[in-house]
Amino acid sequence: MSASIHHPHVRTFHPLHAVLLGGATVLFLGALLSDIAYARTFEIQWNNFASWLIAGGLVVAGAALVCAVIGLLPSRRTRQSVLHAVVLLATWVLGFFNALWHARDAWASMPAGLVLSVIVLVLACVATWLGCWNTRFGGTP
Amino acid sequence: MNRSAMNSFAIDRLRLAAALSLATVLAACSGDTPPPQYGANPDLPEPTRGLMPDMVIASPAEWGDRLPIVPEGFEVRAIATNLLIPRQTLVLPNGDILVAEGRGGNAPSLKPKDVIAGPIKAAGTTQVESGNRLTLLRDADGDGNYELQTVFADNLNAPYGLALIGNDLYVANQDAVVRFDYRPGQTQASAAAPETLAELPSKINHHWTKAMTASADGRFLYVGIGSNSNITERGMVAEADRALVWEIDVATGMHRPYATGLRNPTALAIQPGSGQLWAVVNERDEIGPNLVPDYLTSVREGGFYGWPWAYWGKNVDDRVRPRNPEKVAQSITPDYSLGSHVAALGLDFSSEVMGPEFADGAFVGMHGSWNRADPVGYKVVFVPFRNGRPAGDPIDFATGFRDDDGTTRGRPVGVTVDPRGALIIADDLSNTIWRVSRTGATQAPLPPPADPQPAGTEGEGASDPAADSPSGQERSG
Repeated sequence: MSASIHHPHVRTFHPLHAVLLGGATVLFLGALLSDIAYARTFEIQWNNFASWLIAGGLVVAGAALVCAVIGLLPSRRTRQSVLHAVVLLATWVLGFFNALWHARDAWASMPAGLVLSVIVLVLACVATWLGCWNTRFGGTP
Repeated sequence: MNRSAMNSFAIDRLRLAAALSLATVLAACSGDTPPPQYGANPDLPEPTRGLMPDMVIASPAEWGDRLPIVPEGFEVRAIATNLLIPRQTLVLPNGDILVAEGRGGNAPSLKPKDVIAGPIKAAGTTQVESGNRLTLLRDADGDGNYELQTVFADNLNAPYGLALIGNDLYVANQDAVVRFDYRPGQTQASAAAPETLAELPSKINHHWTKAMTASADGRFLYVGIGSNSNITERGMVAEADRALVWEIDVATGMHRPYATGLRNPTALAIQPGSGQLWAVVNERDEIGPNLVPDYLTSVREGGFYGWPWAYWGKNVDDRVRPRNPEKVAQSITPDYSLGSHVAALGLDFSSEVMGPEFADGAFVGMHGSWNRADPVGYKVVFVPFRNGRPAGDPIDFATGFRDDDGTTRGRPVGVTVDPRGALIIADDLSNTIWRVSRTGATQAPLPPPADPQPAGTEGEGASDPAADSPSGQERSG
């Protein structure tokens, strides 16, 4: 008999969870790039783009958060899955503040909006890394 | 007075739905009474803007048996009801009253907050469809009862400003000034379609109301054209030919900017005697409950009044990029603060017919705030004048439109002095025209028809703050 290749200590990571994390990160990245473009050009359309990208990021990150909460079930909970959920929640909360901040008219959203966008993107990257590091695809989210 | 950042920030529109409940909580916490901001030197706090907006939306209610409250010696009655959003009125030489009815603007939602705020703000306004017409009211026997209510002209496009010069009746639609031939005594326009005198800037039309009045000599029309945003959030390109007053030559239709930097000049009137043009202007939102005061001012030819770069003189608005220190340096301080967020939408000068206490001054209709924890406006005030200038605090002339609990029966827009001794008030929430007349004053007989010479002038404006907003930003204000 060959040795088993089963690694029970490796968490499974559902592809849907991965897609949601990747989507949210990219949307928050787009918001940051739009903020940078607005700050450099004062062209208001970039500010509008950033607002919608943040809103989209919140929707997708919210779905990812549901997946992360499933990872908190006793049968699945690990230190990493807890950290992932906490950081993702922080991402969402700050992202929501960022959305409110971006609702200010014209330059009133700057420069704090840009700073928030940087923080949200970093948090999203960390949450994604925590979610997928040392995992294998498969199973339920 | 600077209020804490957490309890007060008026804004134009709402942000996110979740913000609303929070805003309500915050609004409930702010109990301090705002300082009166009347006159030439209002207190201006530092700009503030928290994360959550204040939004206190009117809760529309029926008048029932109630009436607006007017000063002793005056009586009020509804002379027309069931109108389709009455905004401004014009008293014709024979005593007939024309009412411009409608709602305009087609500003698209740009940000998530626009999508959310639109329906919320619309809840504080009338639910009827835009009339897009002029209604004529007639009290033939002078008993104060306007027995005739008939459509004078329809198929207009959000008409607002009205002016009569000789036998030419001018109507400021939201996209053009049009002219009707007017014969004294007419109850219906003779031509189905009026003639266009001048196209007006109407793209987006964030602030859509086109206030209008005629010069004393009848040669010019002045038209107020509001900004296309609260504070340039639709981009500077959208502000070409906006936030100014045009002077239009009635002989040729040619126009030129008469004064600029006036964010939303919602009502214009010519001062009797001097012939000076005056305006009420709605100022910007989202930098605090006590910024920026709406104002009444004489309009200087060629003058620049600050928007968007500066407010109340040379106070810089840091939300505008790129900056423009040269324009800030040119910014003229307005004459008279009416208070922040009151939404002044009506203006007319008084005369002796209103009695000694109200003879010298101007009436101002205040549509009322929606973006302030302690609502203001929702009334008609009288600004006393002396030697041709505002002198003293405003005097309440018609109140009772809104209760402290938010119950709102009406929202004043245009005000017009009827030479027979009354003030005509358009109410665009209850869709009513109110007439406030002196008690016991006998109606003057109707003047002879057809005064061939100039200058009926009226025309005020009203905007939905939401006119302000796509529904009416009214992003209003």
